[in-house]
Amino acid sequence: MYDVEVNNINVYYGEVCALENASIMIRNKAFLGIIGPNGGGKSTLLKVLLHLKKPLSGAVKIREGLRLGYVPQHASFDRSFPISVKDVVLMGELEHTMKPFKKYKVSDMDKVNELLDLMKIEDLRDRQIGELSGGQLQKVLIARALVSNPDVLLLDEPSSSLDTATKIEVFEFLKKLNEKKTIVVVTHDMEHIFNYIDSIACVNKSIHYHDEDREISIDNIEEIFGCPINVLLQTGTLNRRVISRREDND
Amino acid sequence: MIDAILNYNFVQNAFLAAFFASLLCGIIGTVIVEKRLVSMSGGIAHASFGGIGLGYLIGVEPIIPGLGFSIFAALSISKINRSSHARADTLTGMFWAIGMALGIMFISLSSGYKPDMTTYLFGDILTVTDFYLNIMMVSTVVVVFIVVAFFDYWKGYMFDEEYMSVLGMNVVFMEKILFVLISCSIVILIKVVGIILSIALLTIPPSTAKLFTKNLKSMMVLSTVFGLMYNGGGLVISYYLNIPSGATIILFSSFVYFTLMIFRK
Repeated sequence: MYDVEVNNINVYYGEVCALENASIMIRNKAFLGIIGPNGGGKSTLLKVLLHLKKPLSGAVKIREGLRLGYVPQHASFDRSFPISVKDVVLMGELEHTMKPFKKYKVSDMDKVNELLDLMKIEDLRDRQIGELSGGQLQKVLIARALVSNPDVLLLDEPSSSLDTATKIEVFEFLKKLNEKKTIVVVTHDMEHIFNYIDSIACVNKSIHYHDEDREISIDNIEEIFGCPINVLLQTGTLNRRVISRREDND
Repeated sequence: MIDAILNYNFVQNAFLAAFFASLLCGIIGTVIVEKRLVSMSGGIAHASFGGIGLGYLIGVEPIIPGLGFSIFAALSISKINRSSHARADTLTGMFWAIGMALGIMFISLSSGYKPDMTTYLFGDILTVTDFYLNIMMVSTVVVVFIVVAFFDYWKGYMFDEEYMSVLGMNVVFMEKILFVLISCSIVILIKVVGIILSIALLTIPPSTAKLFTKNLKSMMVLSTVFGLMYNGGGLVISYYLNIPSGATIILFSSFVYFTLMIFRK
């Protein structure tokens, strides 16, 4: 059963091609890592899934009734904006049918408090978001995405600019969420991600996709990145299914 | 002064105009400052001058075509910005200049008596007519209602437009509505402080408020209070010293702002 099926999409920004004949299937309850060079189209792929960017051609099928949650990159908004942690998370509860004089329900507030508890940031509830550390802000954004109880959680570089301990904390938390939800993570963090993901997509205009039953070789990743990946070997994180036979299956 | 307020209609109108202007400065000014639309608002303000000139040429209340021009400029900037590579600040600069050029052109074409344009460039709150006051009142009620009624949506839109899109909100429509509201507010402020100074009145009260709060709602309320103080204070000072009201309001408010800023640090 696939949550998301993307078939042969072509995505352009003006004349510039961001994704070319890209296809990917995302299994229900997959923990998918999306890696690839800068400007390779990783974030574009997320934007297509979220209907923020329309492909020029090709099909994007999202299973009916499926709810998507989204955790954007830090840089996508202004941290000096006068908004509190609680209000950022509540934003996730807005429905797209705009009602005048909308009031958040008590149950909405309870859900927000519950999530802040779960992420151990309950004491930051009334802080303005500019007063948070990178890791705390990341948790707030994850809470906002979770408040509508999504089936699929899409995260754009959740671990960038975090220290190692916080990175691991965030990934561990995602792993726990993965018991019930599909997780899709765009990341540069080759050091930690391989301990958590069960499938990987290398995006560089096209998508090289590898799922549980298929395997990816180092040569393959190197080819896609266009650079050696010693880092991975040194840290020994290329485990199990990642190192093995070479193949090209797209 | 009290005597003047009680006895002269034009002084009463001036104070009522200052009151409506303060509400708009507080609410729309906060939006402009926090959504980083200051220079675009400057463009909208100057574009309205074309309409004001046209009003003189065809003999209708200048503020009505003025409003039309600023709404047209605002929606054009929004539309072109989303559908081409032209950047918003470049477009803003163009509309800014085109509006002024058209205004000068239309006025030179109008026959007979050439109006004094400084009223529109620098404002003259003591010449607010009953008709103009009615326009101000209606616009203020509309702007305040739309912002207050959909406050949480506006807050979300201002903070993180992309996320609102993900939630299924029509952010392009929200942007259009917002730009129309900004246009209405600016045109109203033109009579109070003029085209050139309107941007100051939209930015100084919210900036002052931001020295004291980190909450959007309080920022709007507080900036309305500062707006009242600046407009009222400026008006009283200009009345007693017999100096231009628009310039006095701006100089008085910037003086208070910079004093508070230094004091708060």
